[in-house]
Amino acid sequence: MMNASCHKAVDATVTGLPSGQPTYNLRLYVAGQTPKSLAAIANLKRICEDHLVGRYTIEVIDLMKTPQLAEGDQIVALPTLVRHLPPPLKRIIGNLSDTEKVLVGLDIRSKDAIE
Amino acid sequence: MSSAQPNLPKRDAIQLPKTPTGINGLDDLTLGGIPTGRPTLLCGAAGCGKTLFALTFLVNGATEYGEHGVFMSFEERSQDLSANVSSLGFDLDRLVAEKKIVVDYVRIERAEIEESGEYDLEGLFVRLGYAIDKIGAKRVVLDTIEALFSGLTDSAILRAELRRLFAWLKDKGVTAIITGERGDGQLTRYGIEEYVSDCVILLDNRVQDQVTTRRLRVVKYRGSAHGTNEYPFLIDDQGVSVLPITSAGLGHAISSETVPTGVADLDAMLGIGGYFRGASVLISGLAGTGKSTFGASFVDAACKRGEHCLFFAFEESPDQVVRNMRSVGIDLAPHLAAGLLRFEAARPSLYGFEMHLARMNRDIESFKPAVIVVDPISAFRGPSSEIHSTLIRLADICKTKGITTLFTSLSSAGESMNESERSVSSLMDTWISLEDKESNGERNRVLYLLKSRGMNHSNQLREYRLTGGGITMIEPYIGTEGVLTGTARLAQEAREREAQLGRRQSTERRRREVARKRSAAERQIAEMRAAVEAEEAEIATLIEQEEARESAVGSDREKMAVNRGARK
Repeated sequence: MMNASCHKAVDATVTGLPSGQPTYNLRLYVAGQTPKSLAAIANLKRICEDHLVGRYTIEVIDLMKTPQLAEGDQIVALPTLVRHLPPPLKRIIGNLSDTEKVLVGLDIRSKDAIE
Repeated sequence: MSSAQPNLPKRDAIQLPKTPTGINGLDDLTLGGIPTGRPTLLCGAAGCGKTLFALTFLVNGATEYGEHGVFMSFEERSQDLSANVSSLGFDLDRLVAEKKIVVDYVRIERAEIEESGEYDLEGLFVRLGYAIDKIGAKRVVLDTIEALFSGLTDSAILRAELRRLFAWLKDKGVTAIITGERGDGQLTRYGIEEYVSDCVILLDNRVQDQVTTRRLRVVKYRGSAHGTNEYPFLIDDQGVSVLPITSAGLGHAISSETVPTGVADLDAMLGIGGYFRGASVLISGLAGTGKSTFGASFVDAACKRGEHCLFFAFEESPDQVVRNMRSVGIDLAPHLAAGLLRFEAARPSLYGFEMHLARMNRDIESFKPAVIVVDPISAFRGPSSEIHSTLIRLADICKTKGITTLFTSLSSAGESMNESERSVSSLMDTWISLEDKESNGERNRVLYLLKSRGMNHSNQLREYRLTGGGITMIEPYIGTEGVLTGTARLAQEAREREAQLGRRQSTERRRREVARKRSAAERQIAEMRAAVEAEEAEIATLIEQEEARESAVGSDREKMAVNRGARK
């Protein structure tokens, strides 16, 4: 129910999408080039290419370089993926190795869809 | 605070670098503060004051010790936090604006977070590290980091990360306070005391007889001696203060200086012109015998000498005391206005004994009075052992500071000593007992000195009156019928005056009689003398006549002889 209302809200703001599907504005927070960070980046790119072709943006933020950005998005654990759009704000922590959980977390696939 | 330090070994004091918390009393019992550059665990149940304690540590660091601080809150939002501590007189927003303190609110909402794969808490490290470096913080508070356990599911990762965090804090060289909620059978709910073990302070908020007392205990302190008892502490509009009272040895210096009692005749009775400075004085008596008035007289006299006085009123409000004392000619209002006199009024049932003591100690520390009055100690109800320990420590605190303390105590009729009196009687240097004498259908007030250490005091029962001009003593009437008071004394005095008058009159009468007798006698003498003189005069006349006759006879005879020619 909640998802439905959100989609509606996004539909109103995001323009020119023929499919009527929202654009995903994703931000991935990492700290340095650790194996976990690299795995998270790779996993995220793979998931997006598989499920959100043409309608996503990914911003990778390295907190080692810009630590001041950690507070704004309430980052505690790393890596953290934050979905800014479509609302509501969603956070997924971990190296994103569990694709199903990422898809559910990003509302790309509803929980019911998982067998 | 130095004088009220607990009796602890001092030789360990320099072993470990310590960071003062600036919390009254806590630095004394930890002999300098919490360990510098190490994390300290502050744990306690909900509502113990953990957050305020921790924040006081930061604010004092920023304002008093020039050490900036980072407050990482996992529970309260920044704005709530500054609103909450403004009640303690801390302006957190200003300190944040001045870049002396950074408040970082870490919000972890389980519902918003999905976990997928491996993660660590590096983000927390980054945030904390960034905040520390931004203002060059030396102090860090994590309040309360256990909230992470409810926000994240993987407790194995959390534990490993917390261990890493505390090690990292140590490497950073910051002095940290980590707060934790009290758990069942262990100090914290998630057992984080395993990781923070250099110094553990336990806060407790206990309810006994419907009265809560906050207590603090230093559970452990690696590498340092510390006070091991439970110490009461209080949180009020003046912040947090701990009262370190353990043994308060009897080593205090004493004074031979005297402090006038405010009642001239009482000064005289005491033999040395007043109480000893730093003495503990107990004034006990029945209701309405003027205990408070004696206290107020003492305070009034002290204020007139320019000394600071603290009046702890447990039964009357300050205004009531001032008004009532005005009726006996003691005006305390100017002293209040001049800042020499301060009232601290509270219901005895407001806190437990320990809290009262802590509060009194704090007030004494801040006001530095020369004289305090506690009116009355009998207002404290409870087990005698507790009353005793509270009062003994109060008396000790005052003695070590050279404060003259006047306690009043309400005794009840028919009872020679009540609980609070019995418990303090041996502590008191001077004990003045006020009594009601009932006779001839009236009550009269008498006082006597039950004891007064170190002075040659009067043992006379004295009647006193509370008049518009204060307390006045009446010269004792001691006669054949014993010590009399009130109208009995007046009547006896009148009788005596009458008897004296009668005696004087009869003496006068006898004197007059003697005088009369004397004058009568003198008159008689004069008469007799006059009679004798008259007789003498008569005889003289007779002799004259005789002589005249004899000479006449002689000349006649010669004439006759010539006539007869017997002679030529």
